[in-house]
Parts: sequence; C-alpha cells; structure tokens
Amino acid sequence: MNCPGSDFTLTIRQAAPIPLDAEISCSGGELLALVGPSGSGKSTLLRAVAGLHRPAEGRIVCGGNCWFDRAKGICLSPQQRHVGFVPQHYGLFPHMTALHNVMAGLSHLPSHGREQRARNWLTKVHLTGLEQRRPAELSGGQQQRVALARALSREPAILLLDEPFSAVDRATRETLYLELAELKQELALPIIMVTHDLNEALLLADRMTLLSRGRTLQTGPPQQVLARPVSETAARLVGVRNLFDGVVLRHDPAAGLTWLKAGDSEIAANMDEAWPPGSQVRWMVPGNGVRLRSLARGDLPVGVNRLRIEVRSVLPLGEDCRITAQLPGVDEPLHMQIPLRLAQELSLKPGSYTDAILRDRQLHILPP
Amino acid sequence: MDWQALLLSLKLGVTTVLLLLPVALFVGRALAYRHFRGKSLLEALLAVPLVLPPTVIGYYLLVCLGAQSWIGQWVERLVGHQLVFHFSGLVVASIVVNIPFAVQPIQRAFEGIPHEVRDAAACCGIGYWRSLLTVELPLAWPGVLTALILSFAHTLGEFGVVLMVGGSIPGETQTVAIAIYDKVQSFDYGAAGKMSLSLLLFSVAVLGLANGLGRRFGRRHELPRL
Repeated sequence: MNCPGSDFTLTIRQAAPIPLDAEISCSGGELLALVGPSGSGKSTLLRAVAGLHRPAEGRIVCGGNCWFDRAKGICLSPQQRHVGFVPQHYGLFPHMTALHNVMAGLSHLPSHGREQRARNWLTKVHLTGLEQRRPAELSGGQQQRVALARALSREPAILLLDEPFSAVDRATRETLYLELAELKQELALPIIMVTHDLNEALLLADRMTLLSRGRTLQTGPPQQVLARPVSETAARLVGVRNLFDGVVLRHDPAAGLTWLKAGDSEIAANMDEAWPPGSQVRWMVPGNGVRLRSLARGDLPVGVNRLRIEVRSVLPLGEDCRITAQLPGVDEPLHMQIPLRLAQELSLKPGSYTDAILRDRQLHILPP
Repeated sequence: MDWQALLLSLKLGVTTVLLLLPVALFVGRALAYRHFRGKSLLEALLAVPLVLPPTVIGYYLLVCLGAQSWIGQWVERLVGHQLVFHFSGLVVASIVVNIPFAVQPIQRAFEGIPHEVRDAAACCGIGYWRSLLTVELPLAWPGVLTALILSFAHTLGEFGVVLMVGGSIPGETQTVAIAIYDKVQSFDYGAAGKMSLSLLLFSVAVLGLANGLGRRFGRRHELPRL
C-alpha cells in the first residue's frame, strides 16, 4: 500500500517470533492509530519502525528515505533513523533530571545550543520549573510530558507513541489528550500511536488501522472503521457484539437498503450490492443501533425493522442496564445497553417481551 | 602480624578485580541482553566455582597449568617461569574462582534496566559506548560495585585454590589466609588471632561500605513510579 504523497509507508512480513503481515502509511501532520488487542503485534510494529526490531521481510520508507529494505539489504539503526519514540512507560533515564533527559537526545546539535532547545521544549509541554527534577520526583503525566519533549526536541522524521496514556489516571489522561491534539496541529510530521482504547483513537486519530494477530485488517477514518468493519474479526475488534447470520433477499436502490432474512424476520440493512440475493451473509448492529420505546407511551419511532424481542437477562450497571434479548427465530443473543430508568419503565425482566427498532442505517452486512 | 602476607593478599585482590571486572562487564551485559542457543549451559559453567570445592578447582588448575601440561610449557617458554607456585598463577586461579562473584551481580544489574530505557537511548541517537557509559553503567552501578566488593573480599579469604596452585611461599604465594593456617599449624595462636581479627574487621568494613554505597546509589537511581 504505497500511497502516493504519503510521508511514511511500511510493508512488513514475518512468520516468527511474532507473525506479522502489515501494511500501513501515514502522511505528514496525520495521526494514525494502531488499534488491536494485547499480543496483536502493535508494539512490535512500532519497534520495527524505530529500528528496534528487524523484520524478516519488508520495506520501510520515511520522508523519501529508505530505512529498511530486506531485498536490498538496507537496515538503518535506530540512531540513524531519527525517530521520536515515546515508549509505553516513557523510558526516561532515571538518573538524569528532566532537563538532562531532553538534552540526552540532542547530541546531534552543537553543545552550546542543547540546553536552550531542551528548556524550550520543556516549556512547551508545560514543565517550566521542573527541569531539575528526576523522573521519580515527577507524576505520571509529567513523566509523559518529559518523554514527549525528549522525542520532539530531536525534530524527528516521525513520532511514535506506544500506548502513551496507559500509565496515567483518567483526569491526567483527559488533559494529555488535549495537549497532544494541540501539539498535533503544530507538527507536520507523521504520528503513529499504538493504543487498545477505541475512544483514544476516536478522539485523536485521523485514521486508524485495526491489527489482529499481526495482520492489518482495515484502515480508515475511525468513525468509518467503527461503523463499517470489513469482517467479523474487525467488527469484534471494534467492540461489536451483535453479529448474526442472514440471507440476502433483495436490494432496494431507491431506498438505499438491502433486505435480509434473519430468523423469522425480514430486516433492512445499509445497501451492499456486493452480495446477490440468496447469499449467506453475516450482519451486525452496534449497541446504539437498537432502540426501545414504550408502546404504551406511543412514542415508538416510525421505521422499518420493528421486532418483538424476548428479554433473556437484565444486568444493572450504575445508571445503565445491560440487556440480553432474543430476536425472533435467531439463536445468537442481541446485546444492548439502555438507561436503567427506561428498563424499569418498560418492566424489563427475563422472559418479558418488548418491541425494538434496529436502525437500518446502522445495520451493516459482513462476509460470512 | 604478617604484613607481607597481608600486602600480598591486597595485591592479589586488586589485580584480580582490575583484570576480572572489565571482562565481567561485557560478559554480564551480553548475558543480560542476548538470547542465544546454549546460554543456560554457559551460565551454568560460569557458576560452577560457586558449588565446586575449591580444592577441585585447584587440582584442575594445577593439572592444566603445571609443567607437564602444554599450557604450562607454553607459558614457561613465553614468560620464563611456570604459572604454578608463582604469583601470576595465583592471579589466574583467583580470576577463575571469582568469575561467578563478578559476572552474576553485573548480569542481574543489567537485567534490571528496563528495555524501554535502552530503546529510548537508541532512539535518542545514543550509540553503544555512550549508552553504556552514560545510561547503563550509572544504572547498573550498584551491581558493579557489589561485583567488585565480592570479588575482592572473596580473593582475600580464598584458601583452597591458593594453597593448591601457589603453595605457601612467603612473599610470592603466601596470602594472609595461608599465613593464618601456617601460624595455627605452628601453634602461634596469638599471631593467627591478630591476623584473623584484622581480616574480619577489614571484611566487615568493606561489606558495610559496599552496602552503604549500594543503598545510596539505589536511592539516587530509583526508577520512576508510574
């Protein structure tokens, strides 16, 4: 996937020690999130970009410079690649002050200019006054800022962030999100961020790549990947639990819908003409694509996909309630999360029935 | 008090540490970072002096370095004297028995450096030697210090190997541990007691200093809390 105009492209294949079959690209000023579960190869991929892991096959090009090309025998060391790398636990040098940590990455500059550059970056990440503190004397968020300042002060060709927010508390994380989003606007370099948190990807990334068992499954804008995963594996990776079997009945181009037979019901999904009538498919609906309303109140929204569902379990979770239900004639359960107040209003309990609407625009057809 | 024996012991300790420590640094670092076939076997071989009776090591060294062996004959041709019953032979023997005391603390110390710190150093453009000198050694320093103290103190107290390889030639191979043994053999308990007490006090002082320094460096180089 060598995207023209891209500032960074990577193609890697290897069988061991961790299987990898990955293709990613990232343009200057863009933040690409690598999303996947633990052990999916996200960090190994990032280490390969940094030159800390040498893959069996592949090619890595950044800013027009070839960093790795197995076929041509090119493999630049991490020192030669000029990357800005923020490891998961920041990798700060514990015996050095914050200032010296940043200065340690500036050996390519004349010695008289290093301290001023380091101070400027520490100011930029809001650490003025903490220059002489050692990492053990800084909070998690402050350590992360030092690591970011150290990585960026080198004016790297690419910035690599390995789960940068995993080791800080929620409040600090929110602040750091804003700071990274602000920094991103100023930086013209490609940024690759490894995360297993979909919310982080949604908040910060311009594009996200889903990784599973070392394979890149799908790349695209986060909203698009979440709404239209390309496979069942991708759908499960983005947290979709409502996956069902179906058979394509017909397409309705005028309404932009594809009709499916699912259990005893006919339901409408976003049109996907790749599947001719009669095809066995899988289909998905996200939790927020299921709507429940009280029939008694008469405010059930008008639309297709109105189904009578049987409640199987009700699990209160704080102010919300997790419901498992059965679609007519479908074995696989339907999961949804609704406000506890609504569950009480509808008197939902195991064995009870209620009406539900599956929002057709959020129904998405997947390969079987 | 046999000052000659004490000075010889100190000379042997310093020589052993000076020769062994640089080698132990590179071996310990390599064992800490690298994974290769036969690593466990190599580690076991390096630890053998910990469990083998010193007299057994002394016997093998005597056989390997003696006048009958090709190594012994080659060394004699090269330097003009045999290694056994000579100070240089004591140094070789002392290095061999001290390998685990030097390598293991250093290996553990390098293993204790988070790989993220080394990765970050590489991505900061810091090369092998600068990383070793400015990042890794300051962090591994307590382990290096422990290796230094253990090797030195163990050399002072070594008896079996020294006796087997060097015998008891005053001024040449008679260390303080051998001198104490000789004094006891000749019923000079007064002199043996003074030397034993000196060795005891010296050992306690050195180990106390090592522990103090280790704690101080440990606090200074505490890893960040996350």
